[in-house]
Amino acid sequence: MLDHDKIHPGNPLPQKDDHLSCGRFEQVLREGHFAVTAELAPLDSSLATDVYEQARLFDGFVDGMNATDGSGAHCHMSSVAMCATLANVGYSPIMQISCRDKNRIAIQGDVLGAAAMGVSNMLCLSGDGVQVGDHPEAKPVFDLDSMSLLEIIRGMRDKSKFLSGRKITSAPQVFLGAASNPTAPPIHYRPDRLAKKIAAGADFIQTQYIYDIAQFKTFMAKSRDLGLVDKCFILAGVGPLASARTANWIRTNVPGIDIPDVVVDRLAGSENQKLEGQKICIELIQQLHEIEGVSGVHVMAYRQEAAVADIIKKSGVLGDRKPWYPGIE
Amino acid sequence: MYSVRQWSVTNSKHLGKFYNLFELALFKLHPVFKAIGYDRLEKPVRVIEHAVKGFLFDCQMCGQCALSSTGLSCPMNCPKNLRNGPCGGVRLDGHCEVKPEMRCVWVEAWRGSALMEDSNAIRQVQVAVDFSLKGSSSWLRVSRENAAAKALLDQAGEV
Repeated sequence: MLDHDKIHPGNPLPQKDDHLSCGRFEQVLREGHFAVTAELAPLDSSLATDVYEQARLFDGFVDGMNATDGSGAHCHMSSVAMCATLANVGYSPIMQISCRDKNRIAIQGDVLGAAAMGVSNMLCLSGDGVQVGDHPEAKPVFDLDSMSLLEIIRGMRDKSKFLSGRKITSAPQVFLGAASNPTAPPIHYRPDRLAKKIAAGADFIQTQYIYDIAQFKTFMAKSRDLGLVDKCFILAGVGPLASARTANWIRTNVPGIDIPDVVVDRLAGSENQKLEGQKICIELIQQLHEIEGVSGVHVMAYRQEAAVADIIKKSGVLGDRKPWYPGIE
Repeated sequence: MYSVRQWSVTNSKHLGKFYNLFELALFKLHPVFKAIGYDRLEKPVRVIEHAVKGFLFDCQMCGQCALSSTGLSCPMNCPKNLRNGPCGGVRLDGHCEVKPEMRCVWVEAWRGSALMEDSNAIRQVQVAVDFSLKGSSSWLRVSRENAAAKALLDQAGEV
């Protein structure tokens, strides 16, 4: 007979005193290690084995993996299900929550459900507009924005209450994240907006792709002046560009991603553009590692997920550390 | 109208000052509003408010006006209805990712905010929108809430 009392999704670790979650990702950051996270490929499948196959690509090289929530406004397997599947074998997935497709009633239900399944990291996003996706005729919800979503989940965790004020019997113990885009206008105010996200409840930040290190350094300098790096962990976003053509396409068609000419020219002038793109990514990771206040990197290698392990290995930022994965000795 | 909306942001300093006086007047008028009855006033005030704020700010009558915290750029004109923008998708020329022909409502908000007396108001986190208030008058709500807040203060003073 099934003993329900013995079911513990993901066999959670014992939660440390000053920690908000029992997840491995928070532990790595709080221990002061340079953390590495990576974005899982979105899945158009209904097989749990496909989720594990994607996760295994990162085994031994990442401390957390992000499951996107309808990335680029396209239909994919839900982030709740992907994260629950991963947490079940002990991974520390980061569940992205977008405000585009669900209202406050649905989202709060998902937060409780995911926490019950062992998901201990959640990343609050506003979400892309539906016009960029495969269902541009869909109704955009946007009942909340990333900031109010942070406040709501923090309230669920710290006050054991829904937004309505109704009591939650067992609060979700989650480590809360948010995104930041240091290189999009109004650039001067981006650190102020980061401050707002921290005030709303962000414990960690994953940024949009950084290709302009100089601009990012300015952002980090102001963030340090505002005291923000002491209040949250900042992971800088990176990713390998497949070719100069891809870089140009992204610059023109994906709003909010700034790729300087010098990067595109370097790609265009190389013999193997794909390899050069990965080399640039490795160099960026190494440079970001040296910036004061940067707690880690977040690798978004769209359609190059299989190259992530090699990129991280060559960057050397993990040192002798080998992040946990199921089956590690 | 888009051009008037941008004019309002450019002139947020003076319009903001004018609004502060207007808000004070609304507060002073509370006894009058109360005597007539807030419910009875709701419809005519709503019509006037929509006409004025619709012209100046393309107001969408969310019923919980945030203009004084958003540099007089109405956040409900953001296609994502962000109350704490801008999102990460702002184009390099400062235009909206969803509506490329429009300047980002929140780039405008930070511009207008910098000109206003209380330029720090935009740094406060705005709570989630209460959609049950859509279509109702913010002016009457401000009058009622300010009067209630003052009554509470007076009460605390007496104790």
